[in-house]
Amino acid sequence: MVNSTVVWITYRALFGRKRALLFALPALLLIVLTLLVKSAHGTLADWPATILGEVGVGAVVPLTALLVGTSVLGSEIDDNSVLHLLATPVQRRTVIVSKVLVSAVVTALFAAVPVLIAGVIAQGADSLAIGCFLGAVLGSIAYSCLFVLFSAALRHPVIYALAYVALWEELISNLVGGAKYLSIEQWSLGLAHAVSDNSNLNSHLTLLPSLILAAIAVVLMIGYSTERLSAFTLRAD
Amino acid sequence: MTAVENVSAPSNAAAGPVVVSFDHVTHWYGNVVAVNDISLELGPGVTGLLGPNGAGKSTILHLLAGFLSPSRGSVTIGGESPWRNPDIFRTVGLVPERDSVYAFLTAREFVTASAKLHKLPAPKAAAERALQLVEMTDAADRPIQTYSKGMRQRAKVAAALVHDPQVLLLDEPFNGMDPRQRMHMMDLLRGLGSNGRTIMFSSHILEEVEKLADTVQVVVTGRLAASGDYRTIRRLMTTRPHVFLLRSTDDRALAKVLISSPAVQGVSLTKDGLEVHASDHGTFTRELAKVSRAAGIGLREVIPSDESLESVFAYLVGA
Repeated sequence: MVNSTVVWITYRALFGRKRALLFALPALLLIVLTLLVKSAHGTLADWPATILGEVGVGAVVPLTALLVGTSVLGSEIDDNSVLHLLATPVQRRTVIVSKVLVSAVVTALFAAVPVLIAGVIAQGADSLAIGCFLGAVLGSIAYSCLFVLFSAALRHPVIYALAYVALWEELISNLVGGAKYLSIEQWSLGLAHAVSDNSNLNSHLTLLPSLILAAIAVVLMIGYSTERLSAFTLRAD
Repeated sequence: MTAVENVSAPSNAAAGPVVVSFDHVTHWYGNVVAVNDISLELGPGVTGLLGPNGAGKSTILHLLAGFLSPSRGSVTIGGESPWRNPDIFRTVGLVPERDSVYAFLTAREFVTASAKLHKLPAPKAAAERALQLVEMTDAADRPIQTYSKGMRQRAKVAAALVHDPQVLLLDEPFNGMDPRQRMHMMDLLRGLGSNGRTIMFSSHILEEVEKLADTVQVVVTGRLAASGDYRTIRRLMTTRPHVFLLRSTDDRALAKVLISSPAVQGVSLTKDGLEVHASDHGTFTRELAKVSRAAGIGLREVIPSDESLESVFAYLVGA
C-alpha cells in the first residue's frame, strides 16, 4: 500500500520548494496568539477551548493541510514531473496512499503537534490539549485525503480546497444543519470533545458519527483519487 | 491511403514479431481530431515518427504509453492495452518531451529511484549501467537543475532504460542535445534496435530520422501520410515537383529555353522573376546552369521556394 521510494521523492519534492517555508506559519501564529492571550487572561477564562478548537483545529489544521496536501501531488501534476512516477509499474493506489501518508504526517507535525504545544501552554497537558491534538491528527488525515483528491481530480485544487475550508466549513456547515456531517472540522471537534468533555468546543457531532464518517470518507476519497490517477491523461502541447 | 503508402517498402513489422499495434485509432480532444484513423504495426528495430509540429506525434506516443485512451480503435503493446495498465511499464520505457524532471534530485538519485520503482533486484547497479549507457556517470552526482537541456534529456533516457525495456518510446529525444551527444544517443538507440528492442521516437527533423530510423511513419494533421522504409519516402520527397524562383539577365529568354526541358513542367513570368515548376529536382538543378550558359543568359539568383518540411509533408499528403 505504501511505496518508500514514492514517499522519499514526495518528501524531497515537498521540502525542495520555497512553499515549504509557509508550512510553519499557521502554527507559529497559533503559538504566538496562545502566548498573547494567556499573558492577558491567565488560565482562568474559557479561552483555551476557543483558541485550540476554533483557531487550532478549525483554522491551523485545514490551512496547513491545504498547503501540504495540494503540494504532494498537485505540484507534480502541474509541472508534469509526475510522469516519471506514473511511467513505472507502481500501482496508482500505492501512489495515492503514499502521497496521503506524507501529507498527513507533515500536516500532523506542522499543525497537530503545535495544537498540543498550544494546549500545554494554555493550561498544561490536560484532556483538552490531548483531545484537540487527537482531533487535529484526525483532521490532518482527512484533509490530506481531500486535498490529494482535489489534486488528482481537478485542475485548480488550491481554489477548491480554499472554497471547501472557507465556504463549506466556516459558512455553510454553521448555517445548514446537515452540512456538519460532511465537515472535517466537525469530525475533528467531535473527537476532541469526546476526549476532553469540554463544552466550550464548538462541536456538533458526537464521537461515533465523527469516527465512522471520517473512516468512510477516507476510504472513499482514496478510492476516487486512485480512480482519477488511473485515468491520468496527458495533453499534447 | 496515399500514394506514398502504396509504394511503402517492407517495414520492420514484416521482418519481426509485431510488438506495437495501432488498429484504426482515432483520438479527439474535444472537437479537435488529434489522431485520425491510424493503423500501424511495429516490430523490433528503430522507427521514426516524423511530422511537423502539432501533427499528432506526441498524441500517438501518449496513446502508446497509456496516458490517453483511444476515442476509437485499439492500441496494444505485446497484446495488452496500455490504458489503465501500469504493469505495461515492466516492458515499456518512456522518455517524455517535456523538460519536467525531479530537478532537486541528482541524476544518480533520479535513475536509482526509477530502478526502485521498477522493483529491480539491484537498483544501484541497474542505475550505474543506465548512466553509463548515456555517458552521464561523471555528472551524475550533481542536481539535475544544474544540467543543460541535453544533459536532462540523457538523464531522462537513463531513467527510462534502467529496467532494460523491450519497447522504448521517446518524444523528441534529441531536443537540446549538442552534435556529439546527438550522435552518441543515435548510436545507443541504433544498438538497442539491432538488439531486438522496439524503439519509436518522434521528430520533426528529417535528418534525424534519416540517420537513425529503419522505418518511418510520417504523420501530418493527425493522419498517417506515409509509412515504410525511409529510402522510398526520401526518393519520393526528392523527386516531387519543386518550385524555383529564378532571376537572370533575360528572364523571358530563359523561360523559352527551360520550357523545352523535360524536367520542367511549367514556367511563368512574375514581377519577382521567373517561377519554374520542375518535375524532377535532380535533373533540373543539373541542367539549369548548362542550358542558361549555352543560351548566353546569366543567372543572378536561384531560390527554391518550397523547401520547407511542411511543403514536403503537404506533398506526401496530397500524393
